[in-house]
Amino acid sequence: MKIGWKRWSVLPGFGLAMGYTLTYLSLLVLIPLAGTFLKSATLTWPEFWETITSPRALASYRVTFGTSLVAALLNAVSGLLVAWVLTRYRFFGRRFVDALVDLPFALPTAVAGIALTAIYAPTGWVGKLVPFKVAFTPLGITIALVFIGVPFVVRTVQPVLEDIEPELEQVAASLGANRWQTFTRVVMPAVWPAVLTGFALSFARAVGEYGSVIFIAGNMPMRTEITPLLIVTQLEQYNYAGATSLAVAMLVVSFGMLLTINALQWWGTRRHLA
Amino acid sequence: MKISVQNLTKPFGAFTALNDINLEVRSGELLALLGPSGCGKTTLLRILSGLEFADTGHILFDGEDATTQNVRARKVGFVFQHYALFRHMTVFENIAFGLRVRRTGRPSRRDIHARVEELLKLVKLETLASRFPSQLSGGQRQRVALARALAVEPRVLLLDEPFGALDAKVRQELRRWLRRLHDEVHITSVFVTHDQEEALEVADRVVVMNKGQIEQVGTPEEVYHHPASPFVCDFLGNVNLFECRIHYGQAYVHDVPFELHNAPPQDAQHAYVYVRPHQLDIQRELGGPNSLPASVRLVNTAGAQVDVELLTEWGQIVHARISHDRHRAVRPQVGQTLFIATKEMKVFHA
Repeated sequence: MKIGWKRWSVLPGFGLAMGYTLTYLSLLVLIPLAGTFLKSATLTWPEFWETITSPRALASYRVTFGTSLVAALLNAVSGLLVAWVLTRYRFFGRRFVDALVDLPFALPTAVAGIALTAIYAPTGWVGKLVPFKVAFTPLGITIALVFIGVPFVVRTVQPVLEDIEPELEQVAASLGANRWQTFTRVVMPAVWPAVLTGFALSFARAVGEYGSVIFIAGNMPMRTEITPLLIVTQLEQYNYAGATSLAVAMLVVSFGMLLTINALQWWGTRRHLA
Repeated sequence: MKISVQNLTKPFGAFTALNDINLEVRSGELLALLGPSGCGKTTLLRILSGLEFADTGHILFDGEDATTQNVRARKVGFVFQHYALFRHMTVFENIAFGLRVRRTGRPSRRDIHARVEELLKLVKLETLASRFPSQLSGGQRQRVALARALAVEPRVLLLDEPFGALDAKVRQELRRWLRRLHDEVHITSVFVTHDQEEALEVADRVVVMNKGQIEQVGTPEEVYHHPASPFVCDFLGNVNLFECRIHYGQAYVHDVPFELHNAPPQDAQHAYVYVRPHQLDIQRELGGPNSLPASVRLVNTAGAQVDVELLTEWGQIVHARISHDRHRAVRPQVGQTLFIATKEMKVFHA
């Protein structure tokens, strides 16, 4: 049954809910982003292009996207492991560990940055023990990004793992599969869309991270300067158009990457969830 | 393959799920474990499969001790109530799984293909090989689960409430199909059910269980017609229960004498007469012994037989099931007082 352009539904208030959603998203997401694009448009094309492809900007993209990607990959693996341990084993202090996972969400990022710097600086507890430099290198940035990103993977994977019936693993065993085969052929196909989501969230968060990174990064131009810091530097020099241009460049790349991940996920799940 | 269960006991904390179970599963038979929920039937099946282990007792597969072997080593096929199909695999891949994961003696691609095709034909799902489980009906899913279990040529097939999640009609179709399949394949099979009709219709032999113990083992005819205990009599279909006392080989139900057809039990102040609804007849006149006056409360003619509910003088509800012919002859009316006559009965001491 059709009433006008709306399809009939048992749930009331489609118009209201849809209107609210669009307004809300516009106010919070679309308008600020559009503002960014408009501000950067005050530059001419050559100026814009020059700003976003300056050697210093290019180096900062490499640092930001490179470390974010590595951190998200590390988080995907270790987050899956943490989620696995939390769902599959019953041990003393499990609830405590479970609560610990959320801490990076709650902690002010500056606190995290300072704490990590203190530990990984050449004079810090861990920095003293390892023969190479950790803080003030891309490695240090990666550590900070791993720290702030790990809850995303754990919290997306955990409910999916909890939903996998023990029967699936039991039936695999009865059919002669060993533990590794059961994990790779039965458990992983079920959880990998969730792992991918966690990876994407962790990656997106890492790309935009500022607070924790600036302390541990050392912020040396061309080497450990992240794009968000470069944007702030531009702002401090009252170069608003330059700052927004860099923001636009970052936005487009991030959006492209997230879209690719979503497409991958859609492709992976659509077949059996028909 | 023959399975022997010896002195099996399994406690869960203070609760004893299985208490000193002894059972022989004969080679090639289809055995039903029947009982109410919580009677231990599923626990027994899981211990047979090696998914769980008993605290004491032994399990022998063809005389070989399998007590401590796990589910992989025992080579049993297990079918779950909720199918447990791999959602991300097609029907074909689901059935091929057990062959693909084989480490030693894995069949070639061609052999796997041939074997799966053969199984698809057996479960009549040839046309659905490339579907995903979410695209199948419940009955089809359970057939896939069965084919998947049979693919690895298990020594025993164990089924846990295999038709429990299906609706009544599909359930009946599928259990008849399982019976025919078993007649073709002849694999030793044990299935768990709480549905006495299912057990009596499908199984070669039925094991009736209650509170962690076996009450009776026998063919469907034996357990239905010669129940060994009041529980078995009560569990296998509806039954009317009359309190009585027994004196000189005669039972007295509220001072109405009942003749006992089978060997008269010893005298007792408290005993029970069990009569199934179809073993009761309704008459217009008092017909000698075994005849009780009762008033008609309900008559339901919608069915293969006519169900009549009556109320005795002492306020007990009695269910009788008579033929349509008999119904036409007696014409019971609601409110009318008639006489119940028992044709057969079973007496147990209290």
